[in-house]
Amino acid sequence: MKAVRNALVHVVLVIASMITLYPIAWVVKMALTPSQGFSLSASPIPEHVTLANFADVLGARDGGHWLFGRQLANSLAVSLAVTAVGVVLACSAAYALSRFRFPGRETSLRAFLFSQMFPGVVTSIPLYVLLEKLGLLNHLAGLILVYSTTAIPFCVFMLKSYFDSLPRELEEAVLLDGGTRFIAFIRVVLPLSRPALAVTGLFCFLTAWNEFILAATFMNDPLSFTLPVQLQRYVGDYSTEWGHFAAGAILVSIPVMALFFALEKHLIGGLTQGSVKG
Amino acid sequence: MATLSVQSVKKSHGAATILKGISLDIADGEFLVLVGPSGCGKSTLLRCIAGLEELDSGAIVIDGANVTQSEPRDRDLAMVFQSYALYPHLTVRENLAFGLKMRKTPPSEIVTRVAEAARMLEIEPLLDRLPKNLSGGQRQRVAMGRAVVRRPKAFLFDEPLSNLDASLRGQMRIELMRLHRQLSATMIYVTHDQVEAMTLATRIAVMKAGELQQVGTPDELYQHPANQFVAKFIGTPEMNLIPADDARKLALVHSLPDGTAQVGVRAEDVHVGHGVGAADAMVEVVEHLGWEALVHLRIGALALVARMKDPPAVGARTSITLDAAGLHFFDGTGARIFSSNDRASAQRARP
Repeated sequence: MKAVRNALVHVVLVIASMITLYPIAWVVKMALTPSQGFSLSASPIPEHVTLANFADVLGARDGGHWLFGRQLANSLAVSLAVTAVGVVLACSAAYALSRFRFPGRETSLRAFLFSQMFPGVVTSIPLYVLLEKLGLLNHLAGLILVYSTTAIPFCVFMLKSYFDSLPRELEEAVLLDGGTRFIAFIRVVLPLSRPALAVTGLFCFLTAWNEFILAATFMNDPLSFTLPVQLQRYVGDYSTEWGHFAAGAILVSIPVMALFFALEKHLIGGLTQGSVKG
Repeated sequence: MATLSVQSVKKSHGAATILKGISLDIADGEFLVLVGPSGCGKSTLLRCIAGLEELDSGAIVIDGANVTQSEPRDRDLAMVFQSYALYPHLTVRENLAFGLKMRKTPPSEIVTRVAEAARMLEIEPLLDRLPKNLSGGQRQRVAMGRAVVRRPKAFLFDEPLSNLDASLRGQMRIELMRLHRQLSATMIYVTHDQVEAMTLATRIAVMKAGELQQVGTPDELYQHPANQFVAKFIGTPEMNLIPADDARKLALVHSLPDGTAQVGVRAEDVHVGHGVGAADAMVEVVEHLGWEALVHLRIGALALVARMKDPPAVGARTSITLDAAGLHFFDGTGARIFSSNDRASAQRARP
C-alpha cells in the first residue's frame, strides 16, 4: 500500500516537474535553433543545434563598444549596489523598528506597507520627474536610487519579523557583559541573522536584476541599458528575434541561478528559521 | 563583592503598576531569593537592578553609589537568564571570554580566568563546543560560568533552573550553593519555586502584586509568616488554615487572640490519633513519600493535611489534635496577630 502511494506521489511529481520544465526546455530549444521564428513542433528538442544565437547576443557591438559586456556590467553594478544599500539600510531600520518604541514607529511601519500596495509602474512618472530634477536620468545611480526605494520597505518588513524572533535576552546579555547596543547588533544580532540577510540580499539583487520597465523608461542610451532592457529590445513592433531573445534570457538567468545555488543553504535556513520556538 | 540597596522602587508598564515602592537592602555576600507567584514583579525588580528596565521612581544603590541612571554595563553585575542566553554562534570558550573582551581584559588573563571558571564548573571538556551541542544542564553551567568569569560585584539569577528537569534542578541547586560558598558573592535569585527559595537563600523576600510581603531567613518565614499569604506560599504542603469559628466549634484550640479570623497550623503540628480532647476526622487520602506520608483529613467541611510516619488507612476514622505551640493567628486582613507563641519563640531565640 505504501509502495503504491509512493509510486503515485512520484508520478504526480514527475508530471508537475515536466509541466514546469517544458517552457524552459522550449526557451532552450529556441536559443539553440538557427531560425529566429517559432517552431510549430511541440517537441522541446531542437531539430538543428547551433550556438549562433548566443554568439550574436554575446558579440553584439555598438559604436565599437562590446554591448553585452557593458550591459552585464551595468546590471551587476546596479544589482550589487541595490543589494548593499538595501541590506544596510533595511537592517538598521528593521532593528530600530523591532527593538525600540519611538514616536512615529507605527506610522512608518504603515507607510512602508502602504508603499507596497502600488505596482512600481504607477510611480514611474513622479520618479521620472524626480530623476530629471536630480540630473540622474540615464545614470545608473538613478536606477540604484529607484530600485532601492522599491526594495527597502519589503526588506525592512522581512528583517523586522526575523529580528522579532531573536531572543532579546541575547542582547541584554551583551549589555550586562559590558557591550553597547551597537555591539550587540554587530556582534550578536547580525551574525545570527545570516539566513534573513541572505534572503533579503537575494530579494534586493533580483529586484534590480529582473526589472526592465523603469530601466527602459529612465535609460535611453544602449550603453547604459541593463540586460533586461536589451532583452526587451529583441521583441520589436513588427518582428521578434526569438532566437536572440531566448539566448539572452538564458544568459541573463545564469548569474541568478549561480546566486541561488550559492545561497541555497542560507535560503532554506532563512525560510524555516523562527517557525519553531528555540 | 558588594552591598546593594533598592530604595522605594516603582515601575509601571502602561496602566499596570508592576512594582509599588519596593525597598530592600542586600548585604555583602548574601544570597537573597526573591520569590512569589507569576506576575508579582520579581523578575521586573531584578531587571531594574540590572539596569535593563528604567525605574519610574526610586533608586538602586550598589556599594554606596547611586547607579539608577547608569547603563547596565557600568553597574558591573552579571546575570544568568532563564533561557541561558548563550551566544549561539560562539563556542563555550568564546561565550565565557565575551564579557572579558568587552571589558578589555588582557588576553593572557582571559585565558587564565576562562580556564579557572571552566575548572570550577567542570565544563573544561565542553570549551570548544557550540551551545547547540550541549544538554540543558551543561548550558546552565556555561551560563553560570559566563557570570563567574567576570568576577562581578553581584550575581543576578532570573529563574535559572526552571527549564531543567526535577533531578537536574536538585543537582544544580547544590552546585549553586557550592558556588555561593566558594565565591562568597552577593547573589540575588528570582524564582517562583518556594522549595528553591528555602534551600538556597540566606534570606528570602516574598513578593505579591508588586509589594514585599516579608523579608527574612527561610526559618523565620516558615515559623513566623507575617501574613496569611506568606504562610500559605512558604512550605510544602502549604499551611492549613482553619476559620476561627470552626476552630472554636470543633474545639481544636483552647483560646484565640482577639480579632482572629483564621488559625494556621503546619502539617507537622497536626497530630493524628492522639485521643483525648480531639476532633473526629476521616482519612480521605494518604500521599506516601517514602520516609513520611501526608494524610489528608476531613472534619465536616474542613480539610486538613497532617504529616506523619505511620499513617492510618484511607477511610479510617481518627481523632486529631493541634500542637498549641505551632498555631498561627491571622486577622480579617490576613495579617499575623502577635501571640504568646511568638513571644515564647522570641524568648527562646534570645541569647
